[in-house]
Amino acid sequence: MTLKLEEIKSLIKEAIPDAEISIEDLAGDENHYSATIRSKVFSGKSKIEQHKLVYKALRGKMGNELHALALNTLER
Amino acid sequence: MDENLKKRINDEIEKNEVCLFMKGTPEVPQCGFSLAVSNLLKHLDIKFKGFNVLEDNNLREGIKQYSDWPTIPQLYIKGEFIGGCDIIKEMFEKGDLQKKLTEKKISFKNNN
Repeated sequence: MTLKLEEIKSLIKEAIPDAEISIEDLAGDENHYSATIRSKVFSGKSKIEQHKLVYKALRGKMGNELHALALNTLER
Repeated sequence: MDENLKKRINDEIEKNEVCLFMKGTPEVPQCGFSLAVSNLLKHLDIKFKGFNVLEDNNLREGIKQYSDWPTIPQLYIKGEFIGGCDIIKEMFEKGDLQKKLTEKKISFKNNN
């Protein structure tokens, strides 16, 4: 159960087109990532709502194909 | 989701002021993210109840539906979903978690 870094990026881009994304594969195992995402869509939203937008972009892969994605969402 | 399970989760988060749904137990967490949140709560001397989702697959899937949140751990304070590991850590660093605890009248120690 792994997900490629590029795949994560493109799923997020698809759902949040203006997103500036930087992702790091923490363990080099395609399963533990850390991402910083900056977008206008996060403006005025709570952290819970912001993270939910990212999880939604990943279409159910979070917690399944993708074990760990540390998230840092920022408004731009 | 299953009504009985929903009621069970409802009851627990009403009965226990601070609930952490986690992988493993507060004594022996079995995932780095659960460990991090559990340690943070201990650091603040917060009395909390840990629910080990690894021992109960219904609860593991149920809490994800209940909170509409795909990952574990999940923290509830007085019935309110606070977030997962990243959010809790960030709130702690900014002092927002401490504010929330004060607001909700949960006793904690501000250890530095």
